Amino acid sequence: MIKLVGVEKKLGGQSVLQGVDLSIPVGKLTTIIGRSGEGKSVLLKHMIGLMQPDRGEVWVGDVEISRLSGTLLNDVRKRFAMLFQGAALFDSLSVFENVAFPLREKLRMKGPEVGRRVEEKLEEVGLAGMGHKFPAELSGGMRKRAGLARALVMEPEIILFDEPTTGLDPLMAKSIHDLIVTMHRRFGFTAVMVSHQIPEIFGISDWVAMLRKGKIALMATAAEFQRTTDPEIQEFISVGGTVALPGSLVSP
Amino acid sequence: MTNVIERLGAWAVIRVQEMGRMLLFVLSAFAWLLRPPFRFHQIMKQLHFIGYRSTFVVVLTAGFTGMVLALQGYYSLRKFGSEGLLGSAVALSMIRELGPVLAALMVTARAGSAMTAEIGIMRITEQIDALDTMAINPQQYLIAPKLVAGVLGVPLLVAIFDVVGIYGGSLVGVDLLGVSEGAYWNSVESAVEWKDVYGGILKSVTFGLIVSWVCCYKGFYTRQSAEGLGSATTEAVVLSSVLILVGDYVLTSLLL
Repeated sequence: MIKLVGVEKKLGGQSVLQGVDLSIPVGKLTTIIGRSGEGKSVLLKHMIGLMQPDRGEVWVGDVEISRLSGTLLNDVRKRFAMLFQGAALFDSLSVFENVAFPLREKLRMKGPEVGRRVEEKLEEVGLAGMGHKFPAELSGGMRKRAGLARALVMEPEIILFDEPTTGLDPLMAKSIHDLIVTMHRRFGFTAVMVSHQIPEIFGISDWVAMLRKGKIALMATAAEFQRTTDPEIQEFISVGGTVALPGSLVSP
Repeated sequence: MTNVIERLGAWAVIRVQEMGRMLLFVLSAFAWLLRPPFRFHQIMKQLHFIGYRSTFVVVLTAGFTGMVLALQGYYSLRKFGSEGLLGSAVALSMIRELGPVLAALMVTARAGSAMTAEIGIMRITEQIDALDTMAINPQQYLIAPKLVAGVLGVPLLVAIFDVVGIYGGSLVGVDLLGVSEGAYWNSVESAVEWKDVYGGILKSVTFGLIVSWVCCYKGFYTRQSAEGLGSATTEAVVLSSVLILVGDYVLTSLLL
């Protein structure tokens, strides 16, 4: 569904992506790992057209999006949702209004149907009855949950997660991971996640890809990834251990 | 020497690029304005913020501007025995120059800086990216309503400014300094022509566009840091103010 071919990107004169080739499997949860500053979020933003590559192609289905803009790009984006690192909730709107925002602004939906769908999503992410609160009144974990509800409300085919557990304590991080896996199983969307949470990601991901020196060093199923003989990758993943936390919804 | 020329050239290229980007920014926003969905609610919300919520500071500024103008004008005109022309001096100064310029500067200080900060924070916290990912064009949703509100709101504020300023002049000239009330208002009526009013409206529309354009642009392209946001807000206020004064000279020379 999403395919990157030879994607190169320079930022501030520095080469961040140096020929990324990556195919994201449909309906699976793929996690991209890598050291800080390797360009994982940049890579994610290329998938949804928030950044354009200097060279290379980005395919979403049978549409090459790297040179698209305006309405054509928006048509492709309708298939996506994205959960940002800081959740990117609109701080002038309440949680309810944030989740209702894409329904009202994109689908021009009105009336009780909006309320029904929003309440349903808030309940699914564990924020029932919190719709009246504003983002500033929420904890980091609650903000991520609200962001996830907003991402889910349009029932997208693809959801991108940009470090969804950054800044959260381990228990909260685990609950967000569990929530992502539950939603992924229930709705079957294609998920791409950027994360540093090793080894937890091996317990929840179908596929894991590692970005190293601007290229994909390895992409494999979570189990195969942990068995790699590449010493650099082994060193990177062994820092956090290779066994998923007990109690994760998916075992490695 | 070559180094200096190189740096000068690089500076000029960056400035030209920036101007091009600014022009494309405003053209794109107006182009999005013409496409559905039409966001009347957003325009009304911005009009409330830029217009209604600037009323107090505009009234305060206008009142004191009119009063000080009457005070200065009275003592200057008295030397020639022409105190009766005080009304026309105050009214023409207000309608032609001070109303549009000072009201626009007040809007820049109060609403323009807030616009830059709001959009800049939305940029830094990825709220603008979030709009993009929802296939909602940020220029249509965020920028175009502010531009329309600037173009509509500033002329309305200028109208209030002019009226309050002229009444402020009357308060000092007539009530404190003893100029005949009839002479004051009669000179206002006889001196002010429709072309003065049209000129004032043209200026206020232009200044409204300048304020909202510059302030939105600076916020939209703010650098990703608190320092960047601070600089963007300062640059927005300074550039808007300078462009208002330069624009005032250009328009005045064209209108006279």
